[in-house]
Amino acid sequence: MNTLISRLRRNLFSGPVDTVITLACLGLVASLLPSLVNWMVFQADFTGSDREACQGSGACWVFVRTHLPGFIYGSFYPAGERWRLDLVFALLALAGFLLRTGPLPGKRVLRLLVWGSGPVLILWLFRGGYGLTIVETRHWGGLALTLLISAVGIGFSLPLGVLLALGRRSPMPVIRVWCTLFIELWRAVPLITVLFMASVMLPLFLPSGVDPDRFDKLLRALIGVTLFSSAYMAEVVRGGLQALDPGQVEAARALGLSRMRTLLHVVLPQALTKVIPGIVNNFIGLFKDTTLVMIIGMFDLLGTVQAALTDSSWLGFATEGYVFAALLFWAVCFAMSVYSRRLEARNKGGST
Amino acid sequence: MSASGAEPHRPAFWHQPVFRRLFWQIVFLVVTALVAGWLIGNTRHNLEERGISTGFAFLQERAGFDIIMSFIPYDEDASYGRAFLVALCNTLFVSGVGIMLATVLGFAVGLARLSTNWLLSRLALVWVEGFRNIPLLLQLFFWYFAVLRYLPAPRQSLEPLPGVFLNIRGLYMPWPVTDAGGLTWDVPQLSGFNFSGGLVVIPELIALVLALALYTSSYIAEIVRAGITAVGRGQHEGALALGLRTSQVTRFVVLPQALRVIIPPLTSQYLNLTKNSSLAAAIAFPDLVLVFAGTILNQTGQAIEVILLTMLVYLVLSLMISVGMNLFNRRVMRTGGQP
Repeated sequence: MNTLISRLRRNLFSGPVDTVITLACLGLVASLLPSLVNWMVFQADFTGSDREACQGSGACWVFVRTHLPGFIYGSFYPAGERWRLDLVFALLALAGFLLRTGPLPGKRVLRLLVWGSGPVLILWLFRGGYGLTIVETRHWGGLALTLLISAVGIGFSLPLGVLLALGRRSPMPVIRVWCTLFIELWRAVPLITVLFMASVMLPLFLPSGVDPDRFDKLLRALIGVTLFSSAYMAEVVRGGLQALDPGQVEAARALGLSRMRTLLHVVLPQALTKVIPGIVNNFIGLFKDTTLVMIIGMFDLLGTVQAALTDSSWLGFATEGYVFAALLFWAVCFAMSVYSRRLEARNKGGST
Repeated sequence: MSASGAEPHRPAFWHQPVFRRLFWQIVFLVVTALVAGWLIGNTRHNLEERGISTGFAFLQERAGFDIIMSFIPYDEDASYGRAFLVALCNTLFVSGVGIMLATVLGFAVGLARLSTNWLLSRLALVWVEGFRNIPLLLQLFFWYFAVLRYLPAPRQSLEPLPGVFLNIRGLYMPWPVTDAGGLTWDVPQLSGFNFSGGLVVIPELIALVLALALYTSSYIAEIVRAGITAVGRGQHEGALALGLRTSQVTRFVVLPQALRVIIPPLTSQYLNLTKNSSLAAAIAFPDLVLVFAGTILNQTGQAIEVILLTMLVYLVLSLMISVGMNLFNRRVMRTGGQP
């Protein structure tokens, strides 16, 4: 009891100024928290199927509940095919679990095969064909699309970023200048202009025989997101390469390893491990940035929520829609940032 | 290369690093040139097919649309070039105000995070983790569509301060004007269904500045916290032992050293805020992207010129902020931020 009181005194009431600050903070919390909890839980409506169910003064979660399938799978994805996306979510969860538990048992070839088949499987489940009904990309949407864009962006921007980072440190001036320009140009412009470029300018680059509609809008957005993100990834990786002791390369070369082997088995593993927190932070940024695709007319999670808000039978529930989307995004981003901080702490504590 | 390759005691010339580097660079250049040539050829062909003429002549043409906020004289009869300038000014204004507000908030929250007061530092943590883990676009929509849209109509305006009115049309403030009688205040008056006079801040601008400042402040707070933590405790204790007061310790010892750590990442946050101001397009605030890469692109069809010019503007802005902050950084490194 005494320790509790002394702790309170030390942390909250150590002096007159401290006491005033504490009381002001308490006042702030006391004025906001109850009304927030009341709005979200106690005065909120959870059951029902139309807006008549929402007569209370709190949040109308019925709105979110009735639109939930659209938010998760996209409004236009055929209801009968949603199980495919459930499988995709399960696969992604499995991949996340495997990443946490460490490398899979078995030969490296086998592991590569398992990891390599994942994206193919996911793409097949999304799109269909080969026995499944084909769902066109313009019908993809919701959280599924958000996750897909993030996953593709992450999957392609990391290797591309490694190449760019290596290029920027290359002894060959032409390649070094080119990579530096590429990285700095992408980093200087906002993603939204990149997406505009992908949606307006890319079709002009194609040979005239190709039908612009065949060059999928989603694919164009993915190219934009990937190129944009790879420039940021390159800078993080470059940090790792610079932090690497040059003795590592010299020792590997002295042992008779070829340049390629030195790079693959000595340089990259160490450089990438060093910058994992930075890479995860880039992932978080990319995940948040995927919301921008709605500006070029795609229905990701935020786009679907935004579209649902204009549903004429459900007008006036903007706050509920945004709070739901915000909670979802927050949970994913916060989990990733906690993961990144834990890795950072472990890196600092572990290796010298 | 054949001359050096001919010497007998050296390995064959294609094994020499100099040659290999040269070879790969030439290959790289040739491939890049081929790809670029192919793309340019395609683009030329496509533009001809669609009857789009290239060049920046369209900037002289009449715009024919109105812009709801402009700092320089503009009307429908003005040229596209004029509209571009109006939009550029709006982007600069939003970025500038956003940067100032985000810096103030960020430093306040960052210091609060370091407070010995447990409750204050926890609240600051909630602020940081809350704002930075939610997409900026979502926050922007929240402020614009869920908060500002529910403000009362002009007749039921909120009056937080005398003469200042807040309603669904925006924020109305008194504004000093010079007329025959010298400096007087132009106070907004309710006439009919709307206010007239005074300074009007449109809701799009309020939402945009609010979202940008709150989002970026969470990043700046973490930068400030890291910067101050990086200054060793010994510095603080030593200065106190020398007889400096707490305020002097902060001003002359901790802050100058912390600023050296803070400024480089702070610069990139300023760059991010400037680039993020382009999200204005999503809530129809007339910034560069909405007016130029949106309306003007749709009206003229000059996709390549418009997108490239837009990107160029952001590139120049980024360079200017970088150079400016580098100059400031140099002064901090030399004098510790003291003028």
